[in-house]
Amino acid sequence: MRSQIEGSRAVAETVARCRPQVVCAYPISPQTHIVEALSALVKSGRLAPCEFVNVESEFAAMSVAIGASAAGARAYTATASQGLLYMAEALYNASGLGLPIVMTVANRAIGAPINIWNDHSDAMSQRDCGWIQLYAEDNQAAADLHVLAFRLAEELSTPVMVCMDGFVLTHAVESVELPGATEVDRYLPRFQPRQLLDPDDPVTIGAMVGPEAFTEVRYLAHATQLAALARIATLATEFRATFGRPVAGLVSPYRCTDADTVVIALGSVLGTLKDTVDEMRVDGVPLGVLGLTAFRPFPAAAIAGAIGDAKRIVVLERAFAPGVGGIVTADLAAALPVAGRTVHTVVAGLGGRPVTRASLRDALTAAAAGTLGPLTFLDLDERLLRHTAKEAMA
Amino acid sequence: MTPTRVKFYQTGSFAVGNRLLPADLRAVQSDPTRTNSLTSGHRACQGCGEALAARYVLDAAMRASKGRLVTVNATGCLEVFSTPYPETSWRVPWLHSLFGNAPAVASGVAAALKAQSRTDIRVLGQGGDGGTVDIGFGALSGMFERGDDVLYVCYDNQGYMNTGVQRSGATPPAARTSTTQAVGPEPGNVFGQGKSAPLIAMAHEIPYVATATIADLRDLEYKVERAMALHGARYLHVLVPCPLGWGSTAGQTVAIARLATQSGIFPVFEAEDGVLTASTPIRRHVPVEEYLRLQARFRHLFEPERRADVIDRIQAAADHNIERFHLLSGEG
Ligand SMILES: Cc1ncc(C[n+]2csc(CCOP(=O)(O)OP(=O)(O)O)c2C)c(N)n1
Ligand code: SF4
Ligand SMILES: [Mg+2]
Repeated sequence: MRSQIEGSRAVAETVARCRPQVVCAYPISPQTHIVEALSALVKSGRLAPCEFVNVESEFAAMSVAIGASAAGARAYTATASQGLLYMAEALYNASGLGLPIVMTVANRAIGAPINIWNDHSDAMSQRDCGWIQLYAEDNQAAADLHVLAFRLAEELSTPVMVCMDGFVLTHAVESVELPGATEVDRYLPRFQPRQLLDPDDPVTIGAMVGPEAFTEVRYLAHATQLAALARIATLATEFRATFGRPVAGLVSPYRCTDADTVVIALGSVLGTLKDTVDEMRVDGVPLGVLGLTAFRPFPAAAIAGAIGDAKRIVVLERAFAPGVGGIVTADLAAALPVAGRTVHTVVAGLGGRPVTRASLRDALTAAAAGTLGPLTFLDLDERLLRHTAKEAMA
Repeated sequence: MTPTRVKFYQTGSFAVGNRLLPADLRAVQSDPTRTNSLTSGHRACQGCGEALAARYVLDAAMRASKGRLVTVNATGCLEVFSTPYPETSWRVPWLHSLFGNAPAVASGVAAALKAQSRTDIRVLGQGGDGGTVDIGFGALSGMFERGDDVLYVCYDNQGYMNTGVQRSGATPPAARTSTTQAVGPEPGNVFGQGKSAPLIAMAHEIPYVATATIADLRDLEYKVERAMALHGARYLHVLVPCPLGWGSTAGQTVAIARLATQSGIFPVFEAEDGVLTASTPIRRHVPVEEYLRLQARFRHLFEPERRADVIDRIQAAADHNIERFHLLSGEG
């Protein structure tokens, strides 16, 4: 059944149907509506048996999830921005211990300057922490990806982040078909932990590992991520069979087959991008869009397949590595044979700045004409920069 | 798990309890079928107070929970010396996550067990003083405040020993550590406000707070049993001398712990719901100097000359404890 529902609410309802046993939360905008809704669901008894733990920090939120998962419970939490950074140490720990925790990241900028609005700096800062990262294009995907995430996490015994754009998705009311409870039960079997804190079979989890085996541990973590590439694709197919609608698995190509120029992006900006591309196609510009749902593992083969022999790639980045450039661009360059292709980075929508069709159109027109530079900050306010420079000199 | 019989090397010693007593009064350690939760072969230094305390605490907790126990460990000596991959000394389900999150991880385990209706299984968190009173303090306070069903045990050796004896919030004034050297006009650690984790725990009015030392192992066992008989957040703070960090000989670990209590510098007490309910009276009162002299970390108080000013300040702190916890009143 379709309902007009806020993104956060849709995610909370979906997570509820995944029957989590421990939910822990620490509030931060724009994640708050998700955990508030889950709190109400747990408190009403609808989710029983489920414990909702109000913790004193995000570090504790992830730590409670770690303990809960190791003790055999399906564990969930959500955060954003500063909260995700505050968890950083525990994020590496959860993945290192192979605990299948699922977490929503309501993507938001990182300060200073403090900024509550949307970009991808938070999740991208944790790209190497060993978690799988899936990015939702819209609220339907945000809801559906959570069901897939629990299944994927538990099959591979590794944690999964579902990233959804803060405010743009979390606070947007859209028509969403909530995953049906019966279908979820069919798709998502009971959690069978790989290792368990159990008095009947005592195990030591989290031992100290020295140089003799540390490389092997990391190699296996990489192998798990690579295994996830195949698993995500299969689980997406299975999702369609169970729920009767598609969910983007690794990537979602749009009008790529005959495109000269392909724009790669993640998250909610894909909607605007597709509209822009449709408009420009009318004018005869052969553009395509490639949405990345999976950022970790990096779906290199799926990207290569989707872009075919497009001559030009524009990577639209919602985060940025100062002193380097685009984060996704760097991954792309490392993963793909770029010879004979031009790759442009367009940094857009930082700290919640709207990414408009007009600006995208300008950038893509320049790209198609071969006049776009390697690195562009979309809508950079030169007047503000001059003003700031003057202030600094004064 | 099937118990394996423990070999007693110290037959008849007080450390394992008097086997002439009726069975139910005997020490847990005197039971040859005890779990031996932290078994031999670990890499603690000779004379390590923490290793001794942990074994007593875990075995007592195992007996109290009828073997239904899960334990969560903070990073620190106890974790490092017990689990060098691929070996482990733990014969209980054991999880190490991070340095500063053991109380929260333990809360998570407790929440998971509750959600799975496995409340027969009890949860014990443990860590050093650094992991407890410093970096994990927020998590500990959160666990107390929520009243999570966890017994948390702090093994206080008064410093960051695992990383090479640096100062922690539990390092006493004047003590030499590798970040409070015995140099300059005020050698050793500064005289700060101190940070009594047990008193702060009491301020949370949790069901049970107690202190203990490895000088009275039967008392330590009793306190674990008492804590395990209750539910909710409980806190046990155990003084565990560290020969390496304190600069004492391995054979003096227990004697030094005893002098800590007999001088009053480490008060041994119990509190329920925030109210002091019992304190262990000092049987043979000694000046702090007797305690300090056995430890190289205080050597600069005696050499090249005796620092009476500093020793007096430490004595005043001990006297304050004696008054506050009534350590010399009711003759025991
Ligand atoms: C976040 C973090 N900071 C610092 C460390 C380094 N570290 C590991 S153990 C330790 C000292 C532990 O001290 P304590 O908790 O008192 O235990 P002890 O070794 O003295 O028994 C430190 C500083 C760490 N592992 N993690
Ligand atoms: S350094 Fe101290 S606490 Fe650590 S193992 Fe040695 S004696 Fe025990
Ligand atoms: Mg210590």
